[in-house]
Amino acid sequence: MLTRKEIAEIETEFSRYEQKQAVGVEALKIVQRHRGWVSDETLQATAEFLDMTPDELDGVATFYNHIFRKPVGRHVILICDSVTCWIMGYEDMIQHLRKRLEIDFGETTPDGRFTLLPHVCLGCCDHAPAMMIDDDLYQDLDLEKIDRILGAYE
Amino acid sequence: MVTIHINDKPFKIKEGQNLLHAGLSLGFDIPYFCWHPAMGSVGACRQCAVKQFKDEKDSKGRIVMACMTPAEDGTRISIDDPEVLEFRKSVIEWLMLNHPHDCPVCDEGGECHLQDMTVMTGHTYREHRFKKRTYRNQYLGPFIHHEMNRCIQCYRCVRFYRNVAGGRDFNALACHDHIYFGRHREGTLDNPYSGNLVEICPTGVFTDKTFKEHYTRKWDLQTAPSICVHCGLGCNTIAGERYGVLRRIRNRYHHHVNGYFLCDRGRYGYEFVNSENRIRRPLQRMKRTDHPAPVSAKTALKAAAASMIENRRIIGIGSPRASLEANFMLQQLAGTENFYAGVSDAHLQQIRTAVAAPGQGPIRIPTLQEAAQSDAVFILGEDLPNTAPLLALNLRRMVDSKAVQMAEDLQIHGWNDAAVRAVAQDTKGTMCIASPKDTLLDDIAMLTYRAAPDDLARLGFAVAAALDPAAPKVESLSEDEKTAVEKISRMLKNTDRPLIVSGTACGCRSVMEAAANVAYALASPNRTAGLLYVVPECNSLGMGLMETAGGLETAFESLDSRGAAAVVILENDLYRRVDAEQVDRFLDAVPQVIVLDHLFNRTVNQADLVFPAATFAEAIGTLVNIEGRAQRFFQIFPTPPEITASWRCLRDLMITAKRTDADFWHSFDAVVSAMAASKPVFSRISITAPGEHFHMRDGKIPRQSFRYSGRTAIGTNISVHEPKPVEDTESPLAFSMEGYNGFPPPSLIPRFWRPGWNSVQALNKFQSEIGGPLRGGDPGLRLMETDPDIKAVYFTEIPAQRTLSNNQYHLVALYHVFGSEELSILSPGIAERTPDPYLALSPKDAAALDLTEGDRAGISLDGMHVKLPVRIMPGLFNTVTGLPAGLPGIPVVQLPTEVAVEKEKTE
Amino acid sequence: MKCPLTEHIRPGEAPLALEAYEKKGGYSAARKAVGKMAPEQITSMVTDSHLRGRGGAGFPTGQKWSFVPMEKEVHRRKYLVVNADEMEPATFKDRLLLEGNPHQLIEGILLSAYAVQADIAYIFLRRAYVTAAQRLAQAIAEAYDSSYLGSNILGSGFNLELHLHSSAGRYICGEETALLNALEGRRATPRSKPPFPPVVGLWGKPTVTNNVETICNIPHIVNHGADWFRRLSRTPNGGTKIYGVSGRVKRPGAWELPMGTTIREIFEERAGGMQEGYRFRGLLPGGGSTDFLIKEHLDVQMDFDTVQKAGSRMGTGTMVILDDHTCPVGLVLNLIRFFAQESCGWCTPCREGLSWMARILSAIEAGQGESADLEKLQRHTGLLGMGNTYCAHAPGAMEPLQSALKYFKEDFNRHIQEKRCPWR
Repeated sequence: MLTRKEIAEIETEFSRYEQKQAVGVEALKIVQRHRGWVSDETLQATAEFLDMTPDELDGVATFYNHIFRKPVGRHVILICDSVTCWIMGYEDMIQHLRKRLEIDFGETTPDGRFTLLPHVCLGCCDHAPAMMIDDDLYQDLDLEKIDRILGAYE
Repeated sequence: MVTIHINDKPFKIKEGQNLLHAGLSLGFDIPYFCWHPAMGSVGACRQCAVKQFKDEKDSKGRIVMACMTPAEDGTRISIDDPEVLEFRKSVIEWLMLNHPHDCPVCDEGGECHLQDMTVMTGHTYREHRFKKRTYRNQYLGPFIHHEMNRCIQCYRCVRFYRNVAGGRDFNALACHDHIYFGRHREGTLDNPYSGNLVEICPTGVFTDKTFKEHYTRKWDLQTAPSICVHCGLGCNTIAGERYGVLRRIRNRYHHHVNGYFLCDRGRYGYEFVNSENRIRRPLQRMKRTDHPAPVSAKTALKAAAASMIENRRIIGIGSPRASLEANFMLQQLAGTENFYAGVSDAHLQQIRTAVAAPGQGPIRIPTLQEAAQSDAVFILGEDLPNTAPLLALNLRRMVDSKAVQMAEDLQIHGWNDAAVRAVAQDTKGTMCIASPKDTLLDDIAMLTYRAAPDDLARLGFAVAAALDPAAPKVESLSEDEKTAVEKISRMLKNTDRPLIVSGTACGCRSVMEAAANVAYALASPNRTAGLLYVVPECNSLGMGLMETAGGLETAFESLDSRGAAAVVILENDLYRRVDAEQVDRFLDAVPQVIVLDHLFNRTVNQADLVFPAATFAEAIGTLVNIEGRAQRFFQIFPTPPEITASWRCLRDLMITAKRTDADFWHSFDAVVSAMAASKPVFSRISITAPGEHFHMRDGKIPRQSFRYSGRTAIGTNISVHEPKPVEDTESPLAFSMEGYNGFPPPSLIPRFWRPGWNSVQALNKFQSEIGGPLRGGDPGLRLMETDPDIKAVYFTEIPAQRTLSNNQYHLVALYHVFGSEELSILSPGIAERTPDPYLALSPKDAAALDLTEGDRAGISLDGMHVKLPVRIMPGLFNTVTGLPAGLPGIPVVQLPTEVAVEKEKTE
Repeated sequence: MKCPLTEHIRPGEAPLALEAYEKKGGYSAARKAVGKMAPEQITSMVTDSHLRGRGGAGFPTGQKWSFVPMEKEVHRRKYLVVNADEMEPATFKDRLLLEGNPHQLIEGILLSAYAVQADIAYIFLRRAYVTAAQRLAQAIAEAYDSSYLGSNILGSGFNLELHLHSSAGRYICGEETALLNALEGRRATPRSKPPFPPVVGLWGKPTVTNNVETICNIPHIVNHGADWFRRLSRTPNGGTKIYGVSGRVKRPGAWELPMGTTIREIFEERAGGMQEGYRFRGLLPGGGSTDFLIKEHLDVQMDFDTVQKAGSRMGTGTMVILDDHTCPVGLVLNLIRFFAQESCGWCTPCREGLSWMARILSAIEAGQGESADLEKLQRHTGLLGMGNTYCAHAPGAMEPLQSALKYFKEDFNRHIQEKRCPWR
C-alpha cells in the first residue's frame, strides 16, 4: 500500500541507522509528506514495511506532535504560543486567526484549506510573535500581515 | 554480604541488590508500583522514595528511589524520615488526581495494590477540584477487561507484555498526562500470557473478564492451593469458589515451577468445572440401545460390583489426566497385570522413554526455573509455546540472563531493567529450535532448523555423535544437515549449563532418544547437561512412573486373548487416544463398560454405568509434572452431592465387591501410604504435602478469609436451618473461616494475604527473599533421581533416511495452546480462540498441489478419508503436512506417518 | 577575533559555502588536527579551555569527552551526537549558528568526533528549523565532496559518517538521553543514569552528545589554543557566549560577547533597554526553565557560576524580559502549561504534578483561584526537585514558578483576592 516513491525514500534511510526500528519516525514523516496525515491504514502499511507491528509504530507516532494521526487541511498553521510570543501579542494573533478562519485549535476550515494548531517556541524570539505554515516561517506578525500571509495559500 | 543501615539499624544482606528489594526482603513496608520482582526496576512511579544519608553525621540526606539505588556496604537510609513520608504521600495524591472513585464497582477492590499503597502512605483528602481525564476502553478479547480511567501509568503492563511475554500487539501510546495502554486497533490480545496482566496491573485497568461473569469479592472467595490440569508443567494455582461455582484461577507462586506467571490456558481453562456438560449423577443403561437413566450411587455400585465377583477379570484403563491416587486405586482394583495406561501403545512408549532416559545417562532434570538459567538450549521437536507455555515463557528469560551478564560486565546491576536492555539490544538467546514448523519462540533463538520428525531425530543423533565419538553415528547426512550439526554442536560445546528439551509432540520416540543422546554426550567432569521432556497432560509422567501392562491396543488385544467381565475406564475419552474403529470394537465386545469421568463425551456415551467424577476443584490428589515433581492439589469446595472423587469411588466399588483389601484404604492418606509402599519411586510420596492429621497451633487452615460473608445466609433458599459446616477429613484445610491465619507450610497456602497487603503483592511476605523461594521451601517432591556419574547407555536405533514417494507428505500434529487440550476448550473464551479444523501445508507444497487458502483437501488415514480446508503456513517445512492436535472433529492418528494429499474436486 | 562564532555570519544572507569558508580560514583546525594530533591532545585542549556545555547544563566539555573509553586494541563503534533540538522557550541562539555558518558546525563535529574517535555522528535537528535543515544538508554534501567527511579524511585514516536527522517534535527530545531514544526510533522518554551515555549510549554504544554552540567553539580552540579561549572570557568560564534578549525591549536579538558580560550590558547596551512606555520588572536569564532575576541582579555577570550564586541559572543565555504590562501569573502559567504539555509522561510527579499546577494557575489567572492554591504551588516547587523526578524537566519547570512566587507574590495574591487578573 506504500507507493514506490515512498518506499524508495524510506529505503534510503535504512543505511543511516544501526537498526531498522530507528527509521520509524522518519518513515512516518515521509508518508505524511506524501499524504498529509497518517491514517490507520497508512500506519499499518508503514509498520509492515519496517517489520514492526502497527502497535509499535503507533506508540511512536502518537508520542510526537508533528505526526498527524487525524486528517489535516492542505496547509497546517503552527502558531507559537510560548512565553515571548505570548508577551509580544500571541493572544491578539490567535483571536484574529480564530475569527478569520472561523475554526479553533485542532480544527480544519470547511474548505479544507487550513488546520490550526498551537506550537511550542519556534526559536525566533527576537522576531515575536511568529508562526509557521507548512515549512514556511513568518515572524514579526501583526494582524494585517496575517491576513496577507493567509491569502497566499490556496 | 554487605551491611546497610535502615532507620539507624544495621542489617547484613546479600550483595548486588537494590534498596527496595533488600528492604522488602527484610520485611519493611516500602510502597511501590512500577518495580516488579520478575521485571526489575525502572524508577518511573517514584513511590518507593526513601532518604539516603552520606554517613551518621549527615542529617539532611537526600531523597532517592529505593528501587534504583544499590544497597552497598555502608548505605544508610531512612524509610520514615518526615520529608520522604510527605513525598510518598504526594505521589499517591498525584496518582489519585485522575483516578475515578470506582472502588465500590471495581473488580480489583479488596485486592488492589493501589488501595493498599494509599492506605500505607496515609493520603486521604482530595484537594484537586478539577475534572479528571477519561479514556475510551478497548475490546481486548474474551479474557481481559479494559478500564483505562483507572490507570496510574506504572508501565507494568507494557513491560510485561512486550519484554517478558514477547507480545507485540500492545503498547504505550500518546504522551504527557494522557498516556494510553492498549492496541493500535482494538481486538483480542494475541499473546497467550495476556492473562497475567490482571495480576501485574496494580489497579483495576486489566481485570479477569471471565471472572466478571460470576464476580465475587476476594474476601468472599473460598480458595485452596491447586495445580493446573491443562498441560504437563504442573503450574501452581489458587482456585477460588463461591456458591458451588468455581470462579477463577490465580497464580500461586512456586519459585521453581511457574514463578509469578501462568499461561492463558491455565488461567481461563477452568470453566469446564461449571459446565452444563458435567455428569452430576450416576447413570445406568440397562440395554445399550437405551438412554442412560439416573440411578442412586448404591444401585450403580451394586451393578458394577456384580462384574467383579468370583475373581473375574476386570480391565482397568487409567488416565494421564487423573490423579496418582485415582490411577493407583484402579490398579489395585484391576490388578497390576490388568491395569493399562489410557494412551496408545506408541504414546506409552514415548512416556516411558521420558521416564527411563534420565536414568540411563549422566544428566540432570532441571527445574523450570533452572531452565531459564541455562546458557544454551537445544529444543528438538517441540513447539513449546503451544505444548508447554510456561516453559517457553521461562526460556524467554534466558535471553535476560544473558543480557544481565553483559550488563554486569559494564558494572550495571542486573535489576536495572532499562539499562540492561540498552546494553543487550537485540541479542538472541544461545538457542536452537529444531522442529517441523516455526514457533513463537523463534524470535529469541539464534538458530532455527526445520525438518520432518524422523529427520529431526537423525539430526539429534548426529549432534550427539559430533559431541561424543562414543555416541552412535548417523549415515548419509545431507550437506545442509552436516552444516546444521556443526553449528548446533558448536553452540552447545563450550557451555556450563546446557539444556536439551524434547517431548512427545512429534509422536516419535526416536526424537526423544536423540535428545537424550545429546544430553549424555555433553557430560564432562565439570558439566552435566539438563534434559527435559514435555509430555502433554497433567499426570502423563505420573502414569508413566506407575506399572502398567501396556497401552490401549494392548488392552484391546487382551480382551481378545484373555477375555474380561468388565472394563473400568478412569477419566479418559478413548476416542481421543486411538482410532474410533478400534474403540468401537472394544466397547462393543466388553460385557460391561464402566466409566468414571467429569463430563459427557463419546466414551461416556457408550458406557453401561457412569460414575460422576470430581474435578481437581472438588477432590484432593497428586499429580507429577515434567520435572518429576509430585504436587498435591486440594479441593476448593465440598464435593457436590452425588459426585465423588474417583479414588474414593473406586474404593467404594471395591468395598461393594467385598474386596477385603479395600478396608485398608479408609482415608486419602492411607491410599498415599499404600502407594508409597507399592514402588520405590513413590516411596517418599507421603511428604508431598502434610496429611490430614497436620494442624497448626490455631487449628486447621481455613479456605475462607476471616472476612468471608454470608456463611449462614447461603443456602437459606433451600432451608433456613443453619447447616453444619462440612468437614474436610482428607486434608489439613478446612471449609471454614476459622483456624490458623499465618504462614502455613507452603504446600498448604490457600491464599497470599497479610495485614495491609490485600493484593497479590502480599506474596512478598511469604518469600524468604523477594523473588526467591517460599519461606519453608517450595512445595512438591522430586521423584526422579539422576546420577551425574553414571556411564551413558546411548540409544542406538537411528531412523533410516526416508524418501517420500510421490504425493506423500509427512503428517505431523500441530499443537494449539487454545484447542488442543480436552478440558480447557469448554471455556467459552478458549473455544472462541480455538482454530477451526484445517490441513496445513507449506506455500510451496500448496502451490504444487494447486491449492490456495480455504480450498478443501483430502487425506487418507487408516482407510478413512478426511476432507479439510487448507491453511497455508509459511513456517511449515516442505513435505510436511499438519493436522491440529486434539481439536473436535480431527481424527486421531498414530504418528509419525505419511499420507497422500489431494485437492478435493469442487462440486 | 573577539567573535569567533559569529564572525562570518551575515543575518539575512546565505551562509558561506565551503570554498568561501575555507578562504576565511575554515577547516584549518581540521587540517591541523585530524591525523596529526593525538585525539587525547584535543580533549586536553578542550578541558584546559574551560569550555562548558552551551546547551544549558554547563557541564565541562573536555571532562565529558574524557569519559569515553578510548582503548585502541578493540575497535568499538562510537557515536557523536549534536543536540540541535533547540526548543527551550525564548531560546534562539543555535538557530543563528545553524543557519548562519553550518560549515563551522561541521568542522566542529569532525574535530569532536576525532577527539573521542567516534565513527558516526548525527545532528539531531528540531523539525521546525527547516531553513537550517536545508543549509546543513547542502553543507554536509559539500563537506563529503571535499573529503572532510567519509573515509580516510584528509588522508588520516580516520573515518566519519555524518547524518542529519530531523525530529518530529517534543521538547523532551532536547534532554540528552531522551534524544538517544528518539534517534533510536522510540518514544523519547529519558534514561536513568548510570549508565552514562559515554559508556552505554546510542544502541548500547559509547555516545557523546554536545550542544550546537559548544561544538562550534571547538575549531577555534584547536586553532588558537586553550589559553586564548580562556582569555576571551571575563570569568573563569572560558570563551565567548551568544547571549540573547527577547520581550518588550527596543532591540531584541542575539550577540556574541565575552563570557561573563553583565546582564545590564546585554540588556541595556545591546538590546537598548525597555521600549517606550514599558518598565522592567524582571527577567529569566536563560530560557523558560530558569529562575527570575530582578532589578537588584542587573549587574550580575552572565556566566554559569555567578548566575547560580544569584539564585538562578545561566542556562542557554537567552533572556526574556518581564515588563510591567505583562501579568507575571500569566507568564508563569504559559510556561507551566508548556512544561506540562511537554512532559513525556514517564514519572508521576512531572506527569501529574505539572498538569495540576497548570490548572491551578489557569484558575488563578481566570479569577477562580483559592487561597490554598498558593500553598499548593509552593509545595510543588519543593516536591518536584532533582532526584524526586526522573529527569530535570519538572525541576526546570519549577524554577520560574518558585522565583515568581518569591518576587511577585503580591501579584498572585491580587488575582486571588480580586478574583480577576489585574492586567486584563
